[in-house]
Amino acid sequence: MSDTKAKDTKANPQNTGSGLPGGIFGQGTPTFLTTKVDFVVNWARRNSLWPMPFGTACCAIEMMSAAASTHDLARFGMERMSFSPRQADVLICAGRVPYKLAPVLRRIWDQMPQPKWCVSMGACASSGGVFDAYSMVQGIDTIVPVDVYVPGCPPRPEALIYGLIMIQEKIRGETLAEHETLRHEDPDAVGRPKADAQQVEALSGPFGNSTLQNRPSGLVPGIPQERPGDRVP
Amino acid sequence: MSKRTVEYEVSRTPELGMDFRPAQGPVSPSDLDDPILNAEKMLINVGPQHPATHGVLRLVLELDGETVVRCLPHIGYLHSSFEKLGEYRTWNQVIPLTDRMDYLAPLIYNCAYAMAVEKMMGIEVTERCKVTRVIMMEMDRIFSHLLWLGTWAIDVGAFTPFLYAFQQREKVYELHEAYTGARITTSATRIGGMMSDMPEGWAEGVRQWTNQLPRTLDEVESLLTHNAIHIGRTQGVGAIGPEEAVNYGLSGPNLRASGVPYDLRKDRPYYDYETYEFDVPIGEHGDCYDRYLVRIEEMRQSCRIIHQALDRLPDGPMNVDDPRVILPSKTDLMNDMESMIHHFKLVMEGVQAPPGESHFSIEGSKGELGMYVVSDGGSKPVRWRIRPPSFVNLAAIPHLVEGGLLADVIMVNASLDIVLGEIDR
Amino acid sequence: MSDERPSGFKEVEEGPTASDDTHEDRPTAVDVVDEQSHPTVTAARTRFGDAIFRHEVMAGDEHVIFVDPERNYEILEWLKDDPDQLYNFLSDVTAVDYGSGRPIQVVYQLYSIPLRHSIRVKAELPLSHLEIDSVVPLWKAANWLEREVYDMFGVTFRNHPDLRRILMPEVYAEGHPLRKDFPLRGRFSRAEQTRRALAQAPEDYYIAKDFGPGREFQKVGWQELGAEPEPAATPEPEDPADESEHSTDPDERA
Repeated sequence: MSDTKAKDTKANPQNTGSGLPGGIFGQGTPTFLTTKVDFVVNWARRNSLWPMPFGTACCAIEMMSAAASTHDLARFGMERMSFSPRQADVLICAGRVPYKLAPVLRRIWDQMPQPKWCVSMGACASSGGVFDAYSMVQGIDTIVPVDVYVPGCPPRPEALIYGLIMIQEKIRGETLAEHETLRHEDPDAVGRPKADAQQVEALSGPFGNSTLQNRPSGLVPGIPQERPGDRVP
Repeated sequence: MSKRTVEYEVSRTPELGMDFRPAQGPVSPSDLDDPILNAEKMLINVGPQHPATHGVLRLVLELDGETVVRCLPHIGYLHSSFEKLGEYRTWNQVIPLTDRMDYLAPLIYNCAYAMAVEKMMGIEVTERCKVTRVIMMEMDRIFSHLLWLGTWAIDVGAFTPFLYAFQQREKVYELHEAYTGARITTSATRIGGMMSDMPEGWAEGVRQWTNQLPRTLDEVESLLTHNAIHIGRTQGVGAIGPEEAVNYGLSGPNLRASGVPYDLRKDRPYYDYETYEFDVPIGEHGDCYDRYLVRIEEMRQSCRIIHQALDRLPDGPMNVDDPRVILPSKTDLMNDMESMIHHFKLVMEGVQAPPGESHFSIEGSKGELGMYVVSDGGSKPVRWRIRPPSFVNLAAIPHLVEGGLLADVIMVNASLDIVLGEIDR
Repeated sequence: MSDERPSGFKEVEEGPTASDDTHEDRPTAVDVVDEQSHPTVTAARTRFGDAIFRHEVMAGDEHVIFVDPERNYEILEWLKDDPDQLYNFLSDVTAVDYGSGRPIQVVYQLYSIPLRHSIRVKAELPLSHLEIDSVVPLWKAANWLEREVYDMFGVTFRNHPDLRRILMPEVYAEGHPLRKDFPLRGRFSRAEQTRRALAQAPEDYYIAKDFGPGREFQKVGWQELGAEPEPAATPEPEDPADESEHSTDPDERA
């Protein structure tokens, strides 16, 4: 018996300790052990998400409804609203975000420890909504990375719960083998916009069918947006 | 406020070692006599993201021990440029903006805006519309006070009233939804009427809801009104006298808690409020506890008004018969070219308001809610200004909290019943 | 569609014409009734004479008096303290910009709780001289309301205890948003606005030397963070109509 064991070790020099090539998490390929560890870790993460409620406006009221007795967010393991970003997993950005609030949002996101996810709740947080004006951030995805967008103005509590379940589904698909790429944080990116200038311009251009949206800005003559698909009366 | 500036004399240096004499802290205008005791002032920042600021209010507090020496509020963290956007919308398109402003009582804001524009245009709405709007406004007064009650209870340390209040709020959400299709952003009014007549059974639903609401209020009151902790944290806290309260421009329950009987429903009645039978609760001491009592009693009085309004709800048309503002009926639209053109013009160009202006105030849930609309004859407002009750109420917070304890700041802030969407607009 | 009015689509291309030039002969007074209907107006006329420029009645029963902006404090003090007037509740302070270089109106909405009457006082300020006396010594409610007018319209209130921007960040450099010449989406490009916003430190006005009135505006942001200001992606719009509005620095007006 001892002979065969020594022979195996000789034949597979990499097979040391864990019995897996490339250490405990494998070399980028899921193996039996990592999938099982993934399952346990994801199960634990998924079912005890602590939301950080960054509630500003109407959506915050619906978020409170979701946490209150009728809709009862606690059924999904999220009843523990964490008002400190240091102990939170999910940033729920509920409501409109003006530019004055943008550094606060970014600071809170930077303060949250990995792993972390972000839900952009409502039209204003996702795209600026009806507030296509001088003071409003046109979508928080220019500031922080967003995992799930919940549409609505404001979304119903059921929609928020559905968005959080989508976060749970997303967590289910994660693997520790990709931990470095998924959860890497660049210290230089702290406090900086998530999107670069071109992306911000592209994301926050005029849109929608409001009668006055199809031009760069108010009374000042500027470069009109070229939108060939528009029906010109 | 004093013009004296804050100076540093000596900064704390580590070279002095362990036996350094107490560093000379910032010399502030509110110096006490004892320089040693006063040497250490602490600045504490509350907000803008804080569970007890009810939104994104930010308070910078200077503390001496646990006493608040100075309070400096910073607002504008939710400035969404409503008034500028209103200048780019037609008169009817402004209405969806109004309910995003105070999302705790959206119908009051819908009604206030429509009433201001109707007054400017000289439109007298129908009786049925008037009574419907009274029902809606009183319903949302309760709706807003219920949220205040829940958050107030959380701030005082009780969680159960929050759940009770939200149970009742869910019922109002359902009533909102039955009428308008939306839970919060109702956009229910139009210039000259409502978006539609009320659905079948809606009035009965409101009546049932008001019938069972007082029981919940009794339950919450049994938890809070004689609760020693609640009384200890609120009585005598944040008191303000009647003259001062008027001078600071407080309005609504905050002013009435100070003993000033000023309620626009009684003083400048609109929509036949003078014919409804209800009492206006007045406080005595002007402290947080009186504000609590006034709001609780206001909810009961609003129930009374709703009952009377439901009893007198007349039949008849909901919208005025005025082709300047009201769309033609669908039947006419499909059969009649003139109506088609009329419909097209009203939709594409919007309602044309004659030149003029109007500052119309109603008693909102937070206080005197004024809508100031200015028209120059076009289809869009030249200026749409909201007299925000919470904004003016909040401006008094430095006066209310300075000299009190840090824990009292939270109670005072909760008792003012602010909504940041309307403060920052 | 009739030809008298411009069609709705014109505004889509040219922007809103809220400050329409065609309405130079804008009918100001809607229903001028005799002044006897409001005793305050008569009393003010006899007491102040020329300082009361004109009197209008709006929307049926809203009385408006236009006063000399140099004497607004005096008139408002009389309105508050005179035993026949007793306008002790300052309901609102705001401003209206009609555009096209017309003067900005500062509007005071007053109400008397004991006597139950209301009046609106307006003072017209030319764009070249946007200054008026503060009424904070009379009503403390005016404090934030005047700060808001300063923030949104650039009207300076003399003797205000703490005149700073209130809604916009204190380092906001794009001007005064509710002026008619201010574009809806601001003067800078979205990328520049986002960059400037994130360059603000959330701790502004948190340290002791910034804490309190009378201090200098703190110049924070991108300069100190070492980032270079990027050129705006859309060229900054030029408005030749009114050059005076391009002093975008809030401190210059202060």
